[in-house]
Amino acid sequence: MFDYNFHWRPVMKSLPDLLEAGLLTLQVATLSMIIGIVIGLLLALSRMKKTGPAYWLATAWVELARNTPALFQLFFFGFGIGAFGIHLSPFAIVLAGLSFNCAGYLAENFRGGFQAIPDTQLRAARSLGMTAWQAHTRIIIPQVFRLVYHPITNQMVWAVLMSSLGMLVGFRELSGETQFFASRTFRIFEYFAVTAVIYYAIVKIVLGASRLLAMRLFRY
Amino acid sequence: MIEIRSLEKYFGALQVLKGIDLTVEKGEVLSVIGASGSGKSTLLYCINGLEAIQKGSVVVDGTNVHAKGTDINKLRQKLGMVFQQWNSFPHLTALENVALAPRIVKGKSRTEARDIAERQLRHVGLDDKLNAYPSALSGGQQQRLAIARALAMEPTYMLFDEATSALDPELVGEVLDTMRLLAEEGMTMICVTHEMGFARDVSDRVAYFHQGVMEEIGPPEQIFGEAKSEHTRKFLANVR
Repeated sequence: MFDYNFHWRPVMKSLPDLLEAGLLTLQVATLSMIIGIVIGLLLALSRMKKTGPAYWLATAWVELARNTPALFQLFFFGFGIGAFGIHLSPFAIVLAGLSFNCAGYLAENFRGGFQAIPDTQLRAARSLGMTAWQAHTRIIIPQVFRLVYHPITNQMVWAVLMSSLGMLVGFRELSGETQFFASRTFRIFEYFAVTAVIYYAIVKIVLGASRLLAMRLFRY
Repeated sequence: MIEIRSLEKYFGALQVLKGIDLTVEKGEVLSVIGASGSGKSTLLYCINGLEAIQKGSVVVDGTNVHAKGTDINKLRQKLGMVFQQWNSFPHLTALENVALAPRIVKGKSRTEARDIAERQLRHVGLDDKLNAYPSALSGGQQQRLAIARALAMEPTYMLFDEATSALDPELVGEVLDTMRLLAEEGMTMICVTHEMGFARDVSDRVAYFHQGVMEEIGPPEQIFGEAKSEHTRKFLANVR
């Protein structure tokens, strides 16, 4: 009734390649988070203005990023703009798609964070002669970061897992690489089982690093 | 010198200041009393430009606060402000709370800013709390921290917006003592307050605000002893 024979040897032989692909996954997820945080902050600030072209652009971005499948967003940067003759490398496609998605989700987290800081903090900072820029960078944003730190960590985990969509646009990150080996050896179950463990380990490392960073950053 | 001329301020259709004329000389301590909603806190926000005005003018040492070309950030260095909700910066230690503005606004070096901060924290009696975060301080200590933070900019004037109203009763004394100390040192102060004892003992003049109008201004003996306005007498009878 159950005559499948497990063969782990081929998986173990390609383990170094898989781990290397895992590093690529971590790399593209980290980069997309850095870009996503910067853009997400700008989107949140634009959205809080309530009027003007920046508000509308930011709103459209957030709506698209949050309400369409991440896969379609990746396809847009792959095949979508490819139709107009702009061809990005698989790495760039995944980086752009993930950054777009992360920025949209993070923007809403940041917006909630900004709204949770009493505006008297801004007044106090301005009353000391700080410019609006100084008051935001020194007083408001550091507090917002603490409030949204856990949502940011969640988004980072999500970025690691979402990067697996990269295999559908030809990017050989962890899932792409697994797919490549699996289809050559037909050891599909074994390969994806091992890869699942690697994903699990990556996420655990991300969560551990996030906890350590939080202990250093937030002393108060 | 702070010169306020025919100042009018609206929040939407609601007029909260209805033509205020007031001059505060250097070295003077002025207390502003009146019921909630009488416009006294708004007056302070108009003096340091945190609120825009609709009519009239506020001139601080010859500079028009609300004029277009005014460098408001520079002018605010002269006008220290202490808020009802003390507004300490929760992510910074007491020392960093005080040292930040001298460093980034006035361009002092780290060591200079640290020296200033230590001096001001000692001034308000918080020298044992230099590295404490605000969450570890009582309300009274946080308010004294806010005073030290304002003083670190070496302001010419100090504006107090109901500095003791949000404090537990047993913590009011330490903050009032700090304000008294400043008054004795000759600081020019405008104190919006509900502390009638403070207003009577420390002020050179007391102003009574009623529904956006400055009903009466004069030495404490006059306001508390023989107020001319019916409103003033009624208010004082109620708060006592």
